[in-house]
Amino acid sequence: MLARQSQLAAPDRELARFRFRVGLAAVAVAAAFVLLASRLFHLQVVQHAYYSTRAEDNRISLVPIVPNRGVIVDRQGTVLARNYSAFTLEITPSRVDDLEATIDGLSKLIEVLPKDRKRFRRLLEESKTFESLPIRSRLSEEEVARFAANRYLFPGVEVKARLFRHYPEGSVGAHAIGYISRINKRDLEIIDENEQTNNYKGTDHIGKSGLEQKYEFQLHGETGYEQVEIDAGGRAVRSLSRSAPVQGNNLTLTLDIKLQAMAEKAFGDRRGALVAIEPATGGILALVSTPTFDPNLFIDGIRSDDWDQLNNSPDKPLLNRALNGAYPPGSTFKPFMALAALETGKRTPGQAISDPGVFNFGGHQFRDDKKGGHGIVDMHKSIVVSCDTYYYVLANDMGIDAIARFMGQLGFGQRTGIDIEGESPGVLPSPEWKKRRFRRPEQQKWFAGETISIGIGQGYNSYTPIQLAQATATVANNGIMYRPHLVKYITDSRTGEKTMIEPEPLRVLPWKRQNIEVIKRALVGVNIAGTSARAFAGAGYTSAGKTGTAQVFSLKGAEYKASRVKKELRDHALFIAYAPAEQPKIAVAVLVENGGFGAQSAAPIARMVFDYYLLGKLPKGAAGEDDVEED
Amino acid sequence: MSQQLLERLWARLVGHVDGVLLLLTLALMATGLATVYSATADSSSRLLAQALNMTVGLCVMWTVAQLPPQKLMRFGVPLYLAGVVLLILVFLFGIKVNGARRWLSLGFTRIQPSEVLKIAVPLMLAWYFHKHESALKARHYAVACLLLLVPFALIAKQPDLGTAILVGAAGFYVIFLAGLPWKVIVGLLAAGAAAAPFAWTMLHDYQRKRILTLIDPTTDPLGAGYHIIQATIAIGSGGSFGKGWLEGTQTHLEFIPERHTDFIFAVYAEERGLLGNAVLLLLYLLLIGRGLMIAANASTLFARVLAGSITLSLFTYVFVNVGMVSGILPVVGVPLPYMSYGGTALVTLSVGVGILMSIQTHRMLVRQ
Repeated sequence: MLARQSQLAAPDRELARFRFRVGLAAVAVAAAFVLLASRLFHLQVVQHAYYSTRAEDNRISLVPIVPNRGVIVDRQGTVLARNYSAFTLEITPSRVDDLEATIDGLSKLIEVLPKDRKRFRRLLEESKTFESLPIRSRLSEEEVARFAANRYLFPGVEVKARLFRHYPEGSVGAHAIGYISRINKRDLEIIDENEQTNNYKGTDHIGKSGLEQKYEFQLHGETGYEQVEIDAGGRAVRSLSRSAPVQGNNLTLTLDIKLQAMAEKAFGDRRGALVAIEPATGGILALVSTPTFDPNLFIDGIRSDDWDQLNNSPDKPLLNRALNGAYPPGSTFKPFMALAALETGKRTPGQAISDPGVFNFGGHQFRDDKKGGHGIVDMHKSIVVSCDTYYYVLANDMGIDAIARFMGQLGFGQRTGIDIEGESPGVLPSPEWKKRRFRRPEQQKWFAGETISIGIGQGYNSYTPIQLAQATATVANNGIMYRPHLVKYITDSRTGEKTMIEPEPLRVLPWKRQNIEVIKRALVGVNIAGTSARAFAGAGYTSAGKTGTAQVFSLKGAEYKASRVKKELRDHALFIAYAPAEQPKIAVAVLVENGGFGAQSAAPIARMVFDYYLLGKLPKGAAGEDDVEED
Repeated sequence: MSQQLLERLWARLVGHVDGVLLLLTLALMATGLATVYSATADSSSRLLAQALNMTVGLCVMWTVAQLPPQKLMRFGVPLYLAGVVLLILVFLFGIKVNGARRWLSLGFTRIQPSEVLKIAVPLMLAWYFHKHESALKARHYAVACLLLLVPFALIAKQPDLGTAILVGAAGFYVIFLAGLPWKVIVGLLAAGAAAAPFAWTMLHDYQRKRILTLIDPTTDPLGAGYHIIQATIAIGSGGSFGKGWLEGTQTHLEFIPERHTDFIFAVYAEERGLLGNAVLLLLYLLLIGRGLMIAANASTLFARVLAGSITLSLFTYVFVNVGMVSGILPVVGVPLPYMSYGGTALVTLSVGVGILMSIQTHRMLVRQ
């Protein structure tokens, strides 16, 4: 071979070499094509299933369709919480390279205020998912059109139609209705615990307080899903299939929003609480805590200055005083003490004492309100004139255990079970309670002297206004006790079926009818000739009531400013009542913080509530502290 | 009489056309046109523009085929010199687009001189070897390498790695086919392997990133890896028989980037499947085979190495593009012959195929 090659002429040798190299190249080409073909075989045959799935995942997106939240209406059908649709401008941060530049660009088209930027930044910190976050809400039609024309300039930004919650009555009944706000980490845990995670895809608001929180899973509804084909930009190209969302269930309340508004107005600028209950059902007619707040502020993420104002105000508008404020009941405790005396056989109605105006016990003087005393006092008179001495003696005779047992049955010192979260239990004093409450042995001991002031509703006694209202309603209802509740019935959005919140008797107290009548007669007497006679003068119905004045028991953690101290040290005014006396339709407990005497500031509010509820009469103008006396 | 005239006209028309090359070209053009239509379904203007590009390409091919190789040889030096001068002008005054200086403004239009070198370099080198055919020495190979290195470096500097590789490959094929000794080839390969780490540091950041994303595209799924991932999904989801023409979801929902230009193979593979790919690869293989046959049978050194270089360049285009789109080569801007949208590449390609036809048809005449 070598020999033959050398014999060839130069051009032929060159040609042979060339052909050899072309042949080599052909082999290389063939090898390269085999490589390509095997790669394609690998992708298109071996891994075909995997890449098909990837392509489908690319193409198809499940878009949750958020259901309409259930509506809340009062007993007359007045809408208290509703939804409206509005356009929001939203940014998906994961799809935007330069957020600041994008927002700057947007602000040239659509007004973006510093507070909008601030809120967006806060939402950005909170969210870690690929969700879209609002930079502006409630766009006008014109703004939507302006953005639509320039949409191509802003990838990752879109206009979405979203449902917003609105509370048409504003601050009226805010503590009862509550509000919704953006879902946070804590809420996510709750959603997860309730196995609702899938149902909350796409939902970004959740009930945070009041009924909105308690009935969250009723109000929310079922999320629907739409299968859409999307392009590489994430834009929906067409819909493939759709399962419609199911609207949340509607709540109809026992609350009467007009009564509520009237009662709130009656407080004026005073702090306090009022609970009005329908004794025969436990349905709550009004649940007042003043000052109140506008729940609409919370929906879109509350502005920090609004939040500071609400949170740092010494008046604590966010505190629901009716459920979380615990106050000594003062003299409003006396009728329950009297009933306890009758039921335990410690007193008969006719048994009387001679009141010297003071009760000496263990070297300590317990004074009566009235210097020199009330003279001869039987049970009826003790309630009508609110004689302290009668109850000092009674408490001492009964002993703390008997008192605690009776009051516990009436619901004092326990959560009532109202359908709002976070109710406080208050304090029903007893030797056991003291043992639990205090650490050191010398503090744990119960002293007989401590029982004396319990008798007039002072001392360790500390109850929420709703407990007081429940106890009053129970007496009005002759011992049949109901769980206070705000929701009358739930309407299923699919079937229209109404689920009544049954007025279930919590317990039926085995009181003797004649004993109850003694107390009731005395309470009627209070409003006719007793401490609150003036407030109820000329009422077109019979009513029963009891005033109370509680020494200030400083609120937990409250820090009063020096300039306010004087007013803050004034006594709390209380009043419990029901009407009409023969067939009670409404029972109330009223508390005015630092309102002084119950007869002066609390009783007139009850009168106005009764007048309105029973007679449909509206009070003349807003009632201030002072014009009440002239009334 | 008129019969005779027609016959002469027909002979004039087809005399220098290679039937096999023409048929393969037309088949590839038809496939390409259909795929461009699918890739740009939203605008038929692209389809018409590409059809026009192809018509121009066919005319260029026919015209070049009429020129005998001796005449073509004369273009070598001036075309090469003009190309290098233009590259220097680009280096000095070029317009910067996306960080690369590739274009030269002529006031009314812009040109990309590096494209000219794809033909000019093999033409020049083939002429050079042809001239020294009788006594080829080591220094001739050295000079040839230098002639190749100048434009290669200028283009790589722009930077335009894709074109630089193609020009470099075209030149290398000429030198290789002209008989570059194996000792040198082996030595060059060894030196290349040794210099690889050094070359790595010379690469631009974006070029390095492309190589890294090839190794693991998932490291940057939204950035550089996106092209590779989406193209691979498109190809893989096409399966054996494809999703059907105009039915590719990756294509029509715009997941494939550059889908009517560099990544058009992904569109084709998604819609036509493995079967379609086999047909397409076979067409290219036949085209390359025909080119190599023409080279092997050519009568002069010039014609041989030029035909061989043009054919192997064509192969390089196909291999680099399909390899890149299917994820076995890094992403470099190389179009797929006859498939990718774009006029410039089509004209360059047509000149090349025209030269092949010229070499094949004029060989007969020379022998006769």
